[in-house]
Amino acid sequence: MSKLIYTKPEALRPVKTHYCPGCGHGIVHKLIAQIIDELGIREDTLLVAPVGCAVLAYNYIDVDGLESAHGRAPAISTGLKRVHKDKIVICYQGDGDLLAIGAAETIHAANRGEDITVIFINNAIYGMTGGQMAPTSLEGQVTKTTPKGRDASEVGYPIRACEMLNTLVAPVYIERCAVYDVPHINKTKAAIRKALRYQKEGKGTPL
Amino acid sequence: MPKGKPIIDIEKCKGCALCVTACPKKIINMSSQTNAQGVHFAYCVDETKCIACMSCATICPDMVIEILKFD
Amino acid sequence: MNDKILMKGNEAIGEAAILAGCRHYFAYPITPQNEIPAYMALRLPEVDGTFLQAESEVAAINMVFGASAAGARVMTSSSSPGIALKQEGFSYLAGAELPAVVVNMMRGGPGLGNISGSQGDYHQATRGGGNGDYKTIVLAPGTVQELADLTIKAFELADKYRMVAMILGDGYLGQMSEPLTLPKAVQNIPSKADWALTGPKGRAGRSIASLRLAPDDALYQHNMHLAEKYAQVEAAETMAESYLCDDADIVLCAYGTSARICRKAIKKLRSEGIKVGLFRPISLWPFSKKELAIVASGAKKLLTVEMSLGQMLDDIRLHSGKIPSEVDFYGTPGGALPKIETIIEKVRSYV
Repeated sequence: MSKLIYTKPEALRPVKTHYCPGCGHGIVHKLIAQIIDELGIREDTLLVAPVGCAVLAYNYIDVDGLESAHGRAPAISTGLKRVHKDKIVICYQGDGDLLAIGAAETIHAANRGEDITVIFINNAIYGMTGGQMAPTSLEGQVTKTTPKGRDASEVGYPIRACEMLNTLVAPVYIERCAVYDVPHINKTKAAIRKALRYQKEGKGTPL
Repeated sequence: MPKGKPIIDIEKCKGCALCVTACPKKIINMSSQTNAQGVHFAYCVDETKCIACMSCATICPDMVIEILKFD
Repeated sequence: MNDKILMKGNEAIGEAAILAGCRHYFAYPITPQNEIPAYMALRLPEVDGTFLQAESEVAAINMVFGASAAGARVMTSSSSPGIALKQEGFSYLAGAELPAVVVNMMRGGPGLGNISGSQGDYHQATRGGGNGDYKTIVLAPGTVQELADLTIKAFELADKYRMVAMILGDGYLGQMSEPLTLPKAVQNIPSKADWALTGPKGRAGRSIASLRLAPDDALYQHNMHLAEKYAQVEAAETMAESYLCDDADIVLCAYGTSARICRKAIKKLRSEGIKVGLFRPISLWPFSKKELAIVASGAKKLLTVEMSLGQMLDDIRLHSGKIPSEVDFYGTPGGALPKIETIIEKVRSYV
């Protein structure tokens, strides 16, 4: 008997996304949905969407979804999780959200060891607004607001979120992953699985 | 003997071609035809060579590809 | 049996919130309301609630947003500069139709100002400093008893209409201690099961957002719905007190602390035979337009007294039906208190 060995996860809505062709958001949404299916946590999951291209993430993943003001997702996730201690809260953010306007909320939610899972999608650019510099844009990178390439002496160096948060005591799992090829996608899936499992087991803040 | 085959929903395809880069057997290509959105969609050029590795389906951001495994 | 207890204003707010069933409170320290977080830090663990000192007022209002979306009764408190930071949050809460109670114990401004009580945030509260067309319910207590009673009312109205309800006090009210009878604990908190985010058990996932992009007229329709809702609130929830207005030739218009001072002035003036009364709005939004018009129609002159350069004054001018020469103003901004003697002199000069 032939069988389908790769098929749409239940937790992924059968709708076309607004993401650009090839965008990593689609890959990560799919991985999250696969893990939600695998761990059987759909009915207990709440997703906080950022301001950025993933602002409508809750239209694509079939869980309870909450909008967030730019950068405030970790604070909003804190409010949600403090009320629903037994539910899974996923805090999904981009680089501007997490490291620019939301830097304080990121650091303090992590420092408090809030039992949430933060998924940080870093593409080193502000995509939704047309390509401006992000805190993680690389030195020399040309963007709409660094038309001559990022000059560290003017605007500072790219921030390394994982290393920075690693100086805190409370976070329990921090990993940097990629989705540019299949081996890395599989590693990312394992990381997301670990991060969500940790929350399910009440182990503190995974990033 | 093919181990399986990709089932491609060509109307969902956005033409990003990541599947083309991911396939280890190099049997996925972008069609010269277009779907209703005007996009050149992905298709399998030689299903006999498919090893059902799921690479194309894994890398696809839009859940365009399902993989059927034969026994 | 005397059931009155002596409480500090700020602490009365905290206890009333707990009696209202609030079990989640997020705030940031700022004078002159620091007694509220200190009180909640002690009390909330006693009732298995959440007390969290946030990293900023911005973070706090967003924690409120999350907890409200989760279906809980939730509160934050701050003072003028901190409330300025929360404006974004109020707009998002309004657009997403999430209930929340916010306490502003006003201090002198603008900017960092000082730490004395003032009434300089009336416009900020009633006109809204966040973006877009939205309203916030604003209640102005004048005694420690009212700080407690109106906090209970704020939670009720916030839940009933899915809006932000603000307690607009000032530094003086927060710091003073007066006897009060604590309100009874609220028994029946309305269910939010039909809209709150609780995890999609046995149903499809739902979302809460203020972003409305599709269809093309989604945001237009939503704004019209909000307008309808606000009209209902205006029709049903105004609160005001008229004190000795029936035979009054002159009516003082004031709220909160300045109303207390006006009362003292009225006592002296009445003893001189001057027919003066006090119109005291308690709901600042929705404003008691009808009641003001009725009270004003019988008077020759209105004197608005505020601890500001004149903000409620605009509403008095708009809704009293009086011409400009019939509406006078006495204001003490920057944390200063109105002087009883000045009020008395002004009223004597109208006679």
